[in-house]
Amino acid sequence: MTNTSTVARGGDSFPAPGRRRHAPQRPAKARGLSPRAVPYVLLAPGLLVIAGLLLYPLGQMIFISFQKVGIPQINGKKPATWEGWDNYTRVLDNEIFWSSLRNTLVFAAITVTLTLVLGTAVGTLLNRLGKKMSTFVVIGIMSAWAVPPVAQGVIWRWLFDADAGMINWALNLLPDGLSELLFGRSDWTGEPWLNDAFTIYLVLIVCVLWSSFPFVAVSVLAGLRGIPAELYEAARVDGATPWRIFRKITFPLLKPVFSVLTILSIIWDFKVFSQLYVLMGGPNNREAFNLSLFSFAEAFRSPPKMGVGAAIAVILTLILLVVTAVYIRQIVKTEDLR
Amino acid sequence: MTPFARKRLTRIALNAAGLLVFLFAVFPVYWMVSTSFKANDQIFTTDFIPFPTHFTVEHVDRVLSEGVAGNSIWLYMRNSAIVALGTVLIGAALALLAATAIARFTFRGRTSFLILLLIVQMIPAEALLIPLFLNVKRLGLYDQLLGLIVINVGLTLPFGIWMLRTFVAAVPRSLEEAAWIDGASRMTTFWRVLFPLVAPGLVATSIFSFITAWNELIFALILMSDSSGYTMPVALQFFFGQRGTDWGAIMAGSTMMTIPVVAFFLVVQRRMVSGLVAGAVKG
Repeated sequence: MTNTSTVARGGDSFPAPGRRRHAPQRPAKARGLSPRAVPYVLLAPGLLVIAGLLLYPLGQMIFISFQKVGIPQINGKKPATWEGWDNYTRVLDNEIFWSSLRNTLVFAAITVTLTLVLGTAVGTLLNRLGKKMSTFVVIGIMSAWAVPPVAQGVIWRWLFDADAGMINWALNLLPDGLSELLFGRSDWTGEPWLNDAFTIYLVLIVCVLWSSFPFVAVSVLAGLRGIPAELYEAARVDGATPWRIFRKITFPLLKPVFSVLTILSIIWDFKVFSQLYVLMGGPNNREAFNLSLFSFAEAFRSPPKMGVGAAIAVILTLILLVVTAVYIRQIVKTEDLR
Repeated sequence: MTPFARKRLTRIALNAAGLLVFLFAVFPVYWMVSTSFKANDQIFTTDFIPFPTHFTVEHVDRVLSEGVAGNSIWLYMRNSAIVALGTVLIGAALALLAATAIARFTFRGRTSFLILLLIVQMIPAEALLIPLFLNVKRLGLYDQLLGLIVINVGLTLPFGIWMLRTFVAAVPRSLEEAAWIDGASRMTTFWRVLFPLVAPGLVATSIFSFITAWNELIFALILMSDSSGYTMPVALQFFFGQRGTDWGAIMAGSTMMTIPVVAFFLVVQRRMVSGLVAGAVKG
């Protein structure tokens, strides 16, 4: 093997920031590379990508949110004009913004709660099943988690189809009296679920719950398997009830797992896009927008208003950062970032 | 009831609950696959037809030959595969270098970099959509798969580094030290000792990036205007036509898009879960 290492090559193709910023040592050949410079050279390409594709655009987005960017500006025919806070006032005055915000928050609150409850229940169940059965169920639920978001939307749109959907067929199976009592109707044939914002979100909750509870279940299972069995035996000898065991042993020990799962679920459910996009068939039903779709629609549906779209995206990002600050602190605390 | 009978009853109840969970998870997937093999008269019906008794491959045939939006599904599968593989190849190399730096060296700025990795993972893709769209247009990468590859590398890299670093850290340092003592150079040690041991982790990380890129909808939606550049997630939208939806065809398309992902997923699911909640479990 020759000694022209990837380290040296990495350094050559990304010379400027890697060296200028971190490595005062002279640019070196592989052999002579100072040991102190090695980590910076290794890090440089990745850092460049993150800076160029994530951090810089983030700054640009904030900048754009104060500008007017329409078709002439996109095509470079006219320079973007500075608008100050106009985009933001325009957004806050728009009632679609408030309904999108409400949809985003309510959807996330309900879905995160349901996902955690169902996931924990299934995780606990898996822990009590025999080895073969639990592997069997894990494979089943993981295949639901693996389904691409677009396909998830397609599947549930089909299950909730007005005429030939399985859900309406199943609801028709309910005894007429019961169905009448619960929903005030007995005939579900032709019930359109995906026309109205409220029912779109019902379907979306089921869809996202279905695809995200497996991850919670498997994580909880992994956590449960790490708890020493003696703890449970001792508790049982002392006559503790199952609920008390869960509250006093399982929950405190799994608390770090639960907090990470909660934050991850919040992040994922806050920015749900693909499933909603498919369920409502593109950005058409304004009442059913969440913040992601609202930003997308303002920026890319004609006439494009990129400044307004950017302002919405800034607001969404701020909300997410506040929520995730907790998560980052948690990780920094427990992980010691080794 | 004897304690023995009670235990058995509990066992049966637990297994039944497990089976119920399994069915809830698997039925929608099964329904997608089975619909794609049903003849139209069995699809568009208000009856429940659990199995395709008139088994047919006409929908699969149709999406492959006629396709949608003017091209065969093969083209969109190919585009998706190019984007996902390109993302993985570039991303894996970058992630491996960075993860080695983090896991094997102590240097100033290391903690800051790790926190940066965490923070950038929170940025919603929608927040980057507008500036990246404008930049891609300016750079002349609009309507090119390369533009999508570059963006997907950016989207997947922070998590890739984050996940891979635990795999690098898991390799005992003493192995590398032994190689150094035997006179191996830094590069030889890397390729001969560290790399083979990290390879399984690299595969798991790559599969995660592959799936992310394969599933990506929102950027593909705005960066590809010409239908010959569509990826699968975008192409699937075009099955929802004005003249009613061709459910057989869209289910065949969705199935083709889903199967490779599910197969990959089942291979690495255990590692992926531990990567996502790394730190929390042992905390």
